[in-house]
Amino acid sequence: MANPAMTEAVYYILLSLMEPMHGYGIMQNVERLSGGRVKLAAGTLYGAINTLLEKGWIVAVSEKAISDKCFSHDKGNRKKEYFITEQGKRMLQDEIVRLQELLENGTRILQGQGERI
Amino acid sequence: MRKVVRKWFWVWDFDKEEKWLNEMAAKGLALVAVGWCRYEFEDCVPGAYKICLDFLENHFGRVENEKYITFLEETGAEQVGVMSRWVYFRKKVSGEDFQLFSDNASRVRYLTRVIRFIALLGGLNLYMGCFNIFMFFQAIQHHNYINLLGIVNLLIAAACACGAFRLFRKRKKLKVEQQIFE
Repeated sequence: MANPAMTEAVYYILLSLMEPMHGYGIMQNVERLSGGRVKLAAGTLYGAINTLLEKGWIVAVSEKAISDKCFSHDKGNRKKEYFITEQGKRMLQDEIVRLQELLENGTRILQGQGERI
Repeated sequence: MRKVVRKWFWVWDFDKEEKWLNEMAAKGLALVAVGWCRYEFEDCVPGAYKICLDFLENHFGRVENEKYITFLEETGAEQVGVMSRWVYFRKKVSGEDFQLFSDNASRVRYLTRVIRFIALLGGLNLYMGCFNIFMFFQAIQHHNYINLLGIVNLLIAAACACGAFRLFRKRKKLKVEQQIFE
């Protein structure tokens, strides 16, 4: 059976984790990738990360020392980083195939209708 | 300068509470501490902070809760205080929005946590209320008037039922939306 559709959040999280990244980095990257359209909230991201860890699509790789002074109250300046697994990459590939199918069908049918009009 | 405000909100009125706290922040009073019906503010630049409330997954899962709070703090949120399972966060913002949940699935989970808590609270009060009223009428000759407190229990249970119903409707609306949009 084909995999069910991924949520936009999960899709962009997996894409972001093609390189190791911490939570705040993922939030910023997703916003950048989507041109500011998708703004992941921290609570939603936490839930998604835990689910992806449980499924084995991502792994926690290390705790990175953070040098940027974006938070004055940063505890110990160490943050956990995450990285996509091989399984996660396969799921991402499958999702891209699914999205391509959606796009091609949508474009073909809508264009066909346009020609009839 | 610090300012203490005493105010009561029902558990299911967390949206109103959050809105009020954000109105205070917009006026230049940022939340710094919370207690039972007690809110402590300090002066800030009007609109410098946004406040968000969250209801923790597990009252006793201390390690899990700490992990969650630390994660949120790493994204720039600042924990202001904890009241029962409610956590109050604030974030310094410059124009952008501060939310803890950005999709319907996580908003539904959040509402479910609160509904479960209210159901437990309402259920306990219903049980205590029925028990007390039953005990009052059981004693034919010497009524123990303390058992009449059961009426208060039943009133709280009724209020919980109304509150839970409102949250149910809200959750249902989100679930319907979820069937069409993510």
